[in-house]
Amino acid sequence: MSAPALRPRLSALEAAWVIARRDFVAVLFSRAFLFFLLGPLFPVIVGGLAGSIGGEVQREAVSIEVGLALSPADNAAMMAARDRLAPQLGGAMPQLRPVPEAESDPAFDARAFMEARRGNYAAILTGTPAAPTLVGTEGQLRRWQGPIGLVAAEAMSAAPATFPPVNAEIVSTSAASERTTRIQTAQIAQMLLFLLTMLLAGMVLSNLVEEKANKIIEILAAAIPMDAVFMGKLFAMLAVSFVGIAVWGSVAWGLFALGGDAITRVTGFDLANLPAPAVGWPLFVALGVLYFAMAYLLLGALFLTIGSMAASVREVQTLSMPVTMMQLMVFFLAAYTIKQPGSTLELAAIAFPLSSPFAMLARAAMEPEIWTHAAALAWQAGAVVLIVKGGSLLFRKRVMKSGGAGRDKSKKGARLAA
Amino acid sequence: MDMAVSDHNTAGNQQQGSIAVPGDARPLAIEAHGLVKSFDGTRAVDGVDIAVPEGAIYGILGPNGAGKTTTLRMLLGIIDPDEGVRRVFGHDRPHDIGRLIGYLPEERGLYPAMKCIEAIAFMGALRGLPLKEGRKRAVELLERHGLGHAADRQIRQLSKGMAQTVQLLGTLVHKPRLVVLDEPFSGLDAINQGKLELMIRALADEGVTVIFSTHVIHHAERLCEGVAIIAGGKVPYAGSVEAARDRIPAQVRLETRAREGGWLALLPPETRRNGDFFHFPLPESGIEPLLKGLIEGEAGILSLSIERAGLHDAFVAIAGEAAARQLQADNEGAAA
Repeated sequence: MSAPALRPRLSALEAAWVIARRDFVAVLFSRAFLFFLLGPLFPVIVGGLAGSIGGEVQREAVSIEVGLALSPADNAAMMAARDRLAPQLGGAMPQLRPVPEAESDPAFDARAFMEARRGNYAAILTGTPAAPTLVGTEGQLRRWQGPIGLVAAEAMSAAPATFPPVNAEIVSTSAASERTTRIQTAQIAQMLLFLLTMLLAGMVLSNLVEEKANKIIEILAAAIPMDAVFMGKLFAMLAVSFVGIAVWGSVAWGLFALGGDAITRVTGFDLANLPAPAVGWPLFVALGVLYFAMAYLLLGALFLTIGSMAASVREVQTLSMPVTMMQLMVFFLAAYTIKQPGSTLELAAIAFPLSSPFAMLARAAMEPEIWTHAAALAWQAGAVVLIVKGGSLLFRKRVMKSGGAGRDKSKKGARLAA
Repeated sequence: MDMAVSDHNTAGNQQQGSIAVPGDARPLAIEAHGLVKSFDGTRAVDGVDIAVPEGAIYGILGPNGAGKTTTLRMLLGIIDPDEGVRRVFGHDRPHDIGRLIGYLPEERGLYPAMKCIEAIAFMGALRGLPLKEGRKRAVELLERHGLGHAADRQIRQLSKGMAQTVQLLGTLVHKPRLVVLDEPFSGLDAINQGKLELMIRALADEGVTVIFSTHVIHHAERLCEGVAIIAGGKVPYAGSVEAARDRIPAQVRLETRAREGGWLALLPPETRRNGDFFHFPLPESGIEPLLKGLIEGEAGILSLSIERAGLHDAFVAIAGEAAARQLQADNEGAAA
């Protein structure tokens, strides 16, 4: 019988594309994804509120205000002296404020006032600038005794009226400082990579469980090879992750554009001061994207394997805990080796697939060689393929309960003669 | 890569388990030899031989747990057998010709948030049908089967019967040459079962090979050209339905006026008496000599009928009473 010429099957790439396209669209247009996008906002809001409240509490609880219970003239002289010294000494100076109770009460007793736990002063100064007495707890006295002495001396004009100018001669960098500062970039990049990976790879976890719950997995397994299913799902989730990162990045950029100064003031962190990585910013960012993709795919492949073997979301959570712990450990390993370039430990961190992206991103910040990254990326990609193959094999063995034979060993791939 | 899939074995070779008669030159859609599958040390399938010619409707008949689904999964390449060989359109890797196969698993499943039209197109895309073409065909199929109004509805909004129909349409959207249905009638009401039977017949009329598993004998009896009777992982019979029925002789039912007499000795030793009726297999010599003896012995024949054995009788004879009882229990369970 003559049969029509037919294209008998999808290639593995086409099959993975069919799965990836469906998963990507399904996840992107789900309500869950919207909540997922909003997810990181909550820690930021909560963190901001907590920080603000904490700061307020700290300001109220840990006072740096020293009460003045001197004569009005001495009070004024002390405050003027403090203001004169502040530009030189800044944060080392206490805030000075006359104690209202002392102004209205000539018999004001600072010790009794403090012991009665009134006011919110770190200490109270009595006497005169020439013979000052500081009343307070031992800790506060130890902290403020020196600065108050200096302010009192200034108030009496006993301190130098002018300070000699100190010339500054800035060296752009040195070998030691370059390495030290780049470590900061490496650490921040590693931390960012870790957070994004952990935040986003979790999405893969429940993916295959849902598939099994919806009983679709057998349709997929009958139509295309399981490793194509795995690959499709992984890349769909990776694409979803990039959408997430793009959204969060845009929001962060917008926030910095609107209130960058305020954020820098509050956090004390200025992106502009971040030391440039050894490979330069453009390549570093490109490598960051690639290493994120690899870290995500590696962790995702592991999670997918776990998800494929688990029967319920609860089981997934139980099974994924060791992987999460292991991921934490490899992150700590990679972080620890930043300061030990070329050591056996660093090489081990680079060789072990799960820690390799973290270790190599740090290396990109510290070392200018490029070829090592090409080799590492190839190694990591190979590891992804191996884990996916292993995962799909395990899936067929454990879940579909497959054996090993089935093909006609004697005439492999051959058709029977008519 | 384009590939023709015609130059493989034919039913004319008279494979073991084939339903074909000598001279049937149809190529085989499926052939399996000595399929064995064990799970945790237990043989779920133990040496299955099946040969199904193209264009046939073929039933795999057996009680729950007999190994029907495992056999179908092996035939489709979802799992590999521990031993034995399977070929689909001459290929021993069914995934290589996935485009030619449609499969409806026993456990129905669709993405609940997907629209019907998208679900059908997606299932086609899994088999290589472009999405655009899949959507076009999905609309046609839905309208042809009275579900045109539900094209844009999400699966979760459908009744169970409608969702099952949508999944079946997804199985057919890429116009496969082999359709494998695992317990397709389960969960359907009588009306939808009738519709499904019509669909299966229509597919066969178009030259599509249909294999389905079932534990309901009358579906197999009404639809199938051939059956494999499976029990305890073994296939004691695989062949045409007609040949299965011919395995046991026709049954004679006799009613007489006389209760006693010498004519009783003329009845075959297997005769069972049930009230006024005698039941026995049709003698090899035919009914005429017996009839003559009964008349001469003045038995007073009130009625006599000869009934050809049904597939159920064949099943009992081939698979045994225990398997038949389990099949009956499965049917009652499904009906409940």
